[in-house]
Amino acid sequence: MNPLRRTLLGAASALLLKPFAALAAWHKEAFGAKSAPDALKSLGIANAAPSQDVLIEAPQIAENGAVVPVEITSNVKGTTSILVLIDKNPFPLAGKFDFTEGALPFVKVNLKMGETSDVRVVAEAGGKHYFATREIKVTIGGCGG
Amino acid sequence: MAAGPMKMRATLGGGYTEVRVLMTHPMETGQRKDADGKLVPLHFIQNLTVKVNGRTVIEGQISQAVSRNPVFSFRLRGGAKGDKIEVTWLDNQGETNKTDTAVA
Amino acid sequence: MRPLALVAASLLAFSVAAQDTKKEIQRYQQMIGEGSPVELFELEGETLWKKAQGPKQVSLAKCDLGLGPGVLKGAYAKLPRYFRDADRVMDLETRLVHCMQTLQGRSAEDVLRRVFGNEDRPSELEYLSAYIAAQSRGVTMSPGTSHPKEKQALELGRQLFFHRAGPWDFSCASCHGEEDKRIRMQDLPVLANPRDARPVVATWPAYRVSNSQFKTMQWRLNDCYRQMRMPEPIFASETTVALNLFLTATGKGEPYRGPGTKR
Repeated sequence: MNPLRRTLLGAASALLLKPFAALAAWHKEAFGAKSAPDALKSLGIANAAPSQDVLIEAPQIAENGAVVPVEITSNVKGTTSILVLIDKNPFPLAGKFDFTEGALPFVKVNLKMGETSDVRVVAEAGGKHYFATREIKVTIGGCGG
Repeated sequence: MAAGPMKMRATLGGGYTEVRVLMTHPMETGQRKDADGKLVPLHFIQNLTVKVNGRTVIEGQISQAVSRNPVFSFRLRGGAKGDKIEVTWLDNQGETNKTDTAVA
Repeated sequence: MRPLALVAASLLAFSVAAQDTKKEIQRYQQMIGEGSPVELFELEGETLWKKAQGPKQVSLAKCDLGLGPGVLKGAYAKLPRYFRDADRVMDLETRLVHCMQTLQGRSAEDVLRRVFGNEDRPSELEYLSAYIAAQSRGVTMSPGTSHPKEKQALELGRQLFFHRAGPWDFSCASCHGEEDKRIRMQDLPVLANPRDARPVVATWPAYRVSNSQFKTMQWRLNDCYRQMRMPEPIFASETTVALNLFLTATGKGEPYRGPGTKR
């Protein structure tokens, strides 16, 4: 390939990659918070109400904390965002998912849990917040191998 | 370093499109020691984007608390066979990967 | 409540609790299986199967796993079995190592250098095992048991299973020979019993979520020997293949549903 063309293509592709990287926000403060209340506070969430419409489907016992499968559904009408926290993790906030009307407020994810803890899900709908928790016991199994 | 394989399946059923996406990524917490006893630096996916026919429908921000080799399931409203689903990720070291599939 | 009734009630509560625990663990196992990255290993395995390697710069595509050169569908379900060209019983990994040498011209030293990998770098054999095993999904496990050498290996495997040795005087049967035993949260399958061997045989090789590694049968046997504090068995040796055949034959008849995903 013509060296000038190669340089131009390289510069062009660098420019194309950069916007995604620059625009992709990642809430450093919330993800760096060391407690669930602090994480929620940094996201401006003050009074989440407990709700039966926030569903957490997960096993009560995890054979290993490295992979804990959790399936979350928010049946709260107009849910635009779901937060997933693991209360006893060193950094509780594990995920924030924002949905347009093109998607259902649903996510299944594998989480790392350091120890038995509540998994806490907070749904945002119409500027209000709703939450549910579910305790998952974490064990270490087998012969350690 | 080239990112490892990514695989996705999107199937229509029950009034929604179920998307399951598998990603190869170490999701390092920065706490693990490698075989030589050295701490492996923080290296994890921070952002995910799910698009349907070019339109973003889900944006995810995740932490190192998501398991290694993440597997996500999402559900998209409606959908039709042949719709193009695209999932992209971006990690804290600026690495990125994406995959797309047609709704089956 | 009368003392005897109290004891009966608490025993009932205890066994109900134990049953609930078992059910929840099964739910965990089911959910990790549904959201497993194991397919990524199958994909990489497919790439490696098709990759030209070695001095002969040839892929493994013509490797005969027992059903003819390059026939993958259902091949894993028929292993271990006797192979005339090598005049011995071979399991999947043994056969792959054979093909790498004969087809691709690679040296034994080269192919045996790194048989077990880790989470950062799985081994070639691990990826290949995932891919090939996946091509037997739904196929009934039916290893070779009729050829004289298969019968010999089966008998050797059975003896090895019950043979006590090492500093702890352990045999496989020490952990896997009696009903209702467990290590921490894991119920130990009685592997000499078809009822318990079947689901085991149908779900190996497997992705281990606890260390994010894909583990094969040769690794599983090697690690059991390590846990019994016995000397390390030689990879793809007569010993390991015989044990693998004994286990697989005990579990035969089960439709294969792997590669599995385990804790």
